[in-house]
Amino acid sequence: MLSVLLVLLFASPLFLSDRILTIITVIGITIISVQGLNILTGYCGQISIGHAGFMAVGAYASGILTARLDWPFWIALPCGALAAGLVGLLFGLPSLKIKGFYLIMATIAAQFIIVWLIIQARGITGGPDGLAVPRPQIGDFVFRSKASYFYLVMSMALLGTFLAQNIVRTRTGRAFVAIRDNDLAAEVMGINLFAYKLLAFFIGCVYAGVAGSLLVHYFSFATLDQFPFMNSVWYLGMLIVGGMGSIPGAIFGAVSLKLIDELVTIVGPILSAVVAAQAAASLALISRGVVIMLFLIFEPRGLAHRWDMIRSYYRLWPFSH
Amino acid sequence: MIFLLQLVITGFALGMVYALIAIGFVIILKCSEAFNIAQGHFVMIGGYLGYTFLVTFGLPIWASLIASIAVAIVMGLLIERLTLRPLVGQPVLAVVMMTIALSTVFDGLATLAWGGEYKTYHGVLPTINLQLGELSIPSETTIAMIVSVIAVAGLMVLFRHTKMGLAMRATADDEQVVQSVGIRVTSVYALSWAIASVVGVVGGILLGGVSGVMIPLSQIGIKAFAVVLLGGVNSVGGAIVAGIILGVLENVAAGYLDPLLPGGGLASVFPFMVMIIVLIIRPYGLFGEARIERI
Repeated sequence: MLSVLLVLLFASPLFLSDRILTIITVIGITIISVQGLNILTGYCGQISIGHAGFMAVGAYASGILTARLDWPFWIALPCGALAAGLVGLLFGLPSLKIKGFYLIMATIAAQFIIVWLIIQARGITGGPDGLAVPRPQIGDFVFRSKASYFYLVMSMALLGTFLAQNIVRTRTGRAFVAIRDNDLAAEVMGINLFAYKLLAFFIGCVYAGVAGSLLVHYFSFATLDQFPFMNSVWYLGMLIVGGMGSIPGAIFGAVSLKLIDELVTIVGPILSAVVAAQAAASLALISRGVVIMLFLIFEPRGLAHRWDMIRSYYRLWPFSH
Repeated sequence: MIFLLQLVITGFALGMVYALIAIGFVIILKCSEAFNIAQGHFVMIGGYLGYTFLVTFGLPIWASLIASIAVAIVMGLLIERLTLRPLVGQPVLAVVMMTIALSTVFDGLATLAWGGEYKTYHGVLPTINLQLGELSIPSETTIAMIVSVIAVAGLMVLFRHTKMGLAMRATADDEQVVQSVGIRVTSVYALSWAIASVVGVVGGILLGGVSGVMIPLSQIGIKAFAVVLLGGVNSVGGAIVAGIILGVLENVAAGYLDPLLPGGGLASVFPFMVMIIVLIIRPYGLFGEARIERI
């Protein structure tokens, strides 16, 4: 089943239009980012509403390295990821003293402070004007076509998902889950809270950095509009819709919320023509909010849980247990 | 010197807006331990409601106030019943995400109903202009100040000297015990949302009358959390003091430092810097109850 899906996915540039390829590529980038947030929030329980800010760090770091210093993309991408990880460490420091709502506030603050600092450093980041970034290339081959970049992003998304799946199965991953479920008990069991919480921030933000870097190199342009505060919220929303602390859940969440967005861009203009001019804009806001609300009330464990139930139902059929 | 004083006075006005949002937030938190990110949106909706009743329908002030308060009560009760009650006992993240989702729905509804435009109704509300030497104190500051002080005084009486307030504080402390002595926790929650909604909406009407409302007003709601944290999350009086401190500091800092910075815009980020510092040094704020919680 999974292999069939993968083959279909990798063959899709052969028969899909550029517009749809762009949508899938952006979904792939989102999946990378959400997997990082999943490790940080879903597995380690450290809630972050500043993920888009950390993406911006990775994006601008790799953008500046390639555009201003002419470094190759393949070195700039890990550097961007590392930069995002280090900034994540810095803003993860308060997590040692505070949790829950207070940590949420600290990460929201991180988002706004990062964006402000990028504007301040307009000499190198371009500030509000943005920064033109080259497409990546190997030797003479430039990832210029939509299809080639699609393959690049999809391989990164697969690699990221594979790594995440394996990280959570190691000693580190089990330590994260222990911290999420009961941090006091985890400490008593000999888990170093200081080290592991920071490690979770580092890993989560490295994912964000990779995603941010891929995003700006895809559009060949970096602006702060690509990393608004609301995106940080939607990444958490994707985790809720997909299912916290579940690797397939992060994928389900990213895909379904992005598809709803696409649906809104189709339905919105029709509604605008029929009801009122501002209907499209309000539909975009309301639809996302309502979807997250419905999942919180009716399916707090997300699509991943539903998917598990469907699978076990077919496996056990005709018995119910 | 005049420049500094003028900055302080405009900062004061901003601080009062922060305080109005923070007070509503603290009320809900005090009773139900729920963090209401959408509190800034109550203020925004209040401003638009004021526009509808005062300008579109042309009602007198007292009728508009009563109508808006009625709408606010219904809105608060509905929100509590439909969205927050199913989440009782769920982790913090669920409640926070619910109120964030609520805030986007409010944004969407405001866009749909009022076009998301800037609306104002100068001259409809009474104005109080004070003149101190060369300084003029805008009516905005005075009115917001009066309303905040009345709201805080009323809430302090409510929380300290009425049975209802006692029930609210007890509920925040321990839901189970409260239920065992015969207090309906659900009605306490509903009441707290209704009160917070009324405080927000009334504040919004006044704000709309003096400086106008628009969708970005709700973003002040996020900045107001710095005020909540600085004042202490469970202190109503702290919200007003911290609101003034932060509003004035933000305005003075932006006034003097913005010309020196390449990108400017210090005001947009100043509350967040304060927030981080407060969270690291004194997470329970200036007036909050210190909770000893090992992490």
